This record gives sequence, structure tokens and C-alpha cells, in this order.
Amino acid sequence: MESLWLSMKLAACVAAILLVVSMPVAYWLAYSTWRWKFLLESAAALPLVLPPTVLGFYALVAMGPRGPLGKLWIALFGHGLAFTFGGLILASVLYSFPFAVQPLIASFEGVDRRLLDASAVLGAGGLRTFWRVILPLSLPGVVTAAVLSFAHTLGEFGVVLMVGGNLAGITRTVSIDIYDRVQSLEYGAANRMALVLLAISFAVLSVVYAVNRRVWTPWAAK
Amino acid sequence: MGGEVNAAMLIARIRKERRTGPVSSFVLDVSIEVPPGITILFGASGAGKSTLLDCVAGLAQPDGGQITSGGDVLFDSAARINIPAPRRRIAYVFQTLALFPHLTANENVAYGLKDLPEKEKRERVDAILKAFRVEKLSNQKPGEVSAGERQRIALARSLVTEPRVLLLDEPLTGLDAELKAAIVDDLRAWNTAKGIPILYVTHSRDEVDALGERVIALDNGRVVSAGAPMEVLNAPRRKKLAQAAGFENLLKATVLDLREADGVMRVRLGDSACEIEVPLGYAAVGSRVQVAVRAGDILLATERPHGLSARNVMEGRILSLEQRGAMIVARVDCGVAFIVHITPGASRALELSVGRRVWLVLKTHSCHLVD
Repeated sequence: MESLWLSMKLAACVAAILLVVSMPVAYWLAYSTWRWKFLLESAAALPLVLPPTVLGFYALVAMGPRGPLGKLWIALFGHGLAFTFGGLILASVLYSFPFAVQPLIASFEGVDRRLLDASAVLGAGGLRTFWRVILPLSLPGVVTAAVLSFAHTLGEFGVVLMVGGNLAGITRTVSIDIYDRVQSLEYGAANRMALVLLAISFAVLSVVYAVNRRVWTPWAAK
Repeated sequence: MGGEVNAAMLIARIRKERRTGPVSSFVLDVSIEVPPGITILFGASGAGKSTLLDCVAGLAQPDGGQITSGGDVLFDSAARINIPAPRRRIAYVFQTLALFPHLTANENVAYGLKDLPEKEKRERVDAILKAFRVEKLSNQKPGEVSAGERQRIALARSLVTEPRVLLLDEPLTGLDAELKAAIVDDLRAWNTAKGIPILYVTHSRDEVDALGERVIALDNGRVVSAGAPMEVLNAPRRKKLAQAAGFENLLKATVLDLREADGVMRVRLGDSACEIEVPLGYAAVGSRVQVAVRAGDILLATERPHGLSARNVMEGRILSLEQRGAMIVARVDCGVAFIVHITPGASRALELSVGRRVWLVLKTHSCHLVD
């Protein structure tokens, strides 16, 4: 079950990083009135439609010893990024990016604009308005973003295989482990892991739908 | 109002164009002066009231012009000055109130006091909640209190920051007259000490009567008149304004005869046989006039009424009955169609139904002449 533990660790790291990174991006995408915004919206949604192998391929090239990211990493830490846990995190962050950004955009946009106006006329700048009004009212979206990016990272296969390869304890995540076991005809072991993954995915999605239930909103809708 | 000099005066001379469709656009082009006290900004929906308020508050940017408050420039297109909303110190109570739903009344009111020490903050919040009689609700969230209480909390939240101007965008809609008057009294009491300009937006004629010190009437983005409420509104000279003021009935009429001694004249409505008595106006016999009547000023009876002081009794039939909010809108054909507002209770008690024969009763002075 080493691979399951590795997957969980990866998913948790990715979800944590994505929450921080996607917050300002989602804020900008939700509120900017820039006319070319749609280009960046498309870019942010790209990992949704791109085959994981394509994303993985470019990530691998960028992280390789001759890629820009790889070179930078070697200069900073003395070793490459490809086929390491760090490289896996980076690629996964890209891959799960839309799963964090989209729910955040949706919930930011759902906040009544007049509440933002009210905050402004009461003397609050953008940052205070974000912390005191937008974020608390978007909590279901934040939970959804965290949970979805966690779950999506947990189940990824193509990107991990391209960037991380299959190194036990370092980059062999549970989905790759399952694939391995099936290849070597160990159906019992594959089934156990698959079941665990299925159960976790179901539990995690239940959380998403539960927090987005309207009846659970802690304040009464007007 | 011209020539009045006051240190706290809000002055706005602005122009803002807003696209409303592929080819159409709306232009707000106004010049207003708001001295301390309550000034009503009056006009139909779409007249530009909210746009004007948004510009003053700094939530929308005018295309050109100048906005000053007590001599401080808040916006000046020529000088490229545009103080952002958070630094204007202009309080704004929105039509929807925009109370923060996740914060208690206390937290809502304290929201604008971020720079004060905790102790002073608490004192100011407690004092203003008391002034608006909602101190008992301090730990309740907006969803847990009544509409009137929400309005009081919203007022308290705006005023606790000691603003230099208060903007109110139909904040009291949906309240009954008594509650409205009570809240306005508390607002007035608060403002006797502070003396800030209050710009109060409404499209309700009743609110103008109840509040008015001064009225600015806005129509299609322009100021059409300004002054005391009686001068501005009592003889609605413009059709749009008349409709906005709650004159749902606008009827074409021909003058039949003038009774100068009684101060009245008789007119015939449209092409019908229906004749009514209206206040004397500057009109010659045979000339065409328009008569405006508020739907709420018409009485409806199911039998021919006797012994009334009202001079106009017309027989007709109900064309339609339609529930609109807590009100029934009846259309009655008396040769010309009248719109009459009645309460659901009255409608039930009279057993009104479409096609039923009824009599409309109309006081002479409920009929207003419109150019």
C-alpha cells in the first residue's frame, strides 16, 4: 500500500498548492473586465480537454535537463526535476488546475455585486473585501475546489506516467500500481487497490455535493 | 436653491452615457445641489437615479463632470481626479440593503470601523444600534430579523462611519407607512445633530409627501424640476412624471364648461359619454386636456352610492382583476378604461368578479391636469 500512501501525499500537496495558487487567478478571472480575458479563461481550462499524455509530454520536456525548468531546478538544487516527487507535484498542479479554478470562479461570481459595493463604500479595499466578504461567502466553492483537485490528482495516470515514470516509493502512484499489477496478472491486489480508490472517490464527491447543498448554508437565504 | 452657500453641500455636475443595446444608449446629464437635510430624488425607474447615486458614491465613473462635497473634490474629469469609493466617506444604503449575510448585526455595523480601537468601536456600534432601536438584535444575522429591522441595521451600518453624505436608494420599499415614518423619524433625529446632506431616491409619491423638504425630479437622465415637493409634484406637468408619481390613469379629455366661481370645470373623457368635474385649469371650452388620476384615489362601489361629497360617480363594468403583490389591480370600463387599486380584502368583501357592474367614485381634487 506504499503506492496508495504516495498518491495521498501527492494529492494533498497538490490540493494545498492549488488552493493558494488558484485563488488569485480565480479572483482575476471572475472580476476582470479586460477584453481579452477569454483567452486566459481558455488557457485555464485547457487541461480539461488536453490528453494527459500531451500535458505530460510538454511537462517532461520543460523539466528535462535541457528544458528551461529543468535547467533552473538543477541550478537551484543540483538535481533534475523529471522522475522526482517534486516534478510529479508540479505536473499534477498543472493537470488539476481547472478543477480548483472553476469552482472558485463560479462561487466568486455568485457573490452579490452589491455586497462588494457595500464593502467598498464602507471603506474596505480589495483585499479586505476579499477576506471579509468574498471568501466567507464562497466557502462551499473553496471546499469543492480543494476536494476536486485532491480527488482528480489521486486518480491521475497519464501525466504521472509521462513525468514520473514508475519508481517505487517515489513516483509509483496507486493508479500506476494498479496498472502494473494487472499487467503481471495480480488481479487480487489490483482489485483491492481499485476498491480503495473507488471508495475514496465516492466519499470525496459526497463531500462536494454535501457542501453545495443549499439547505446547509449556515445563514438563511433571504 | 441657487446661491445658497453651505459648507457641507454636495454638488454633482456629471454626464454618463450607458449603452443599453446595440444601437441605443442612455445618457445621464445632470447638475444637482444637495444641502444638509433630506432631499428626495424622484423619478420613474430607468430615469437614472441609481446611476447618479453610483457615480456620487464612486461605484461608477462618469464620462465627464465634477463632484464635490463640502468643497472637497471627489471627482473631476478635467483635473483627472477620481477618489476611489473606499476613500470618499459617502454612505450608501442600497435598495437590496446589501447587508453581509454571514455577519451578525454587530459585525455588519462594525465593518466600516476597521481603524478604531476595539473599545471605541464597540461603543460606537452600541450607540448607533440603540439610536435605530435594534440593539437587541446585535447578535442576529440579517436572515433572522424582519424587513424593517434589516433596514434599520443597514442605516446604522452606513451612518456609524460618520459619512459626509448619505445616499439612500429606495431603502424603505416594502414597509408599511407607519414603520416607514418611524424609521424616517429616527433618521431625522440622527441628522439634526450631524447635519449632512441626505439624497433619498424614491419613485413613490407617498414617500415624497412624507419626507420631502426638497425634491429633485429626474426624467430620462435629466433634472426636470427641483424645489419644494408641492411645487414640483402637485401639478405634474410631464406625462412620465405623472406616471411615476402614481398617476396610473392618464385620460384625454375635452373641456365642456368652466365654473370659475366653484373653481372647477367639467370635462368629457375621450370619446365617451363620461363627464367628470375636475379642478379649474388654464383651458378654454372645447380645448383638449389630459387628466391624471391615481389608481389608489378611486373608490369602487357595487351599488350606486348616495350622499357623497365626491362629485364624480361613474357606472362601469369590471374588465379584469389582477393580483399584484398585496394589491388587486382592477380595470373598469366606464366608456373609458380606469385602473383602480383595491385591497384583496375589499375585493373579497365586495365579491368582485370580471363583468360585474360597479360604480367608481372620484373626488374632484383627485383629478390632476397634465399638459
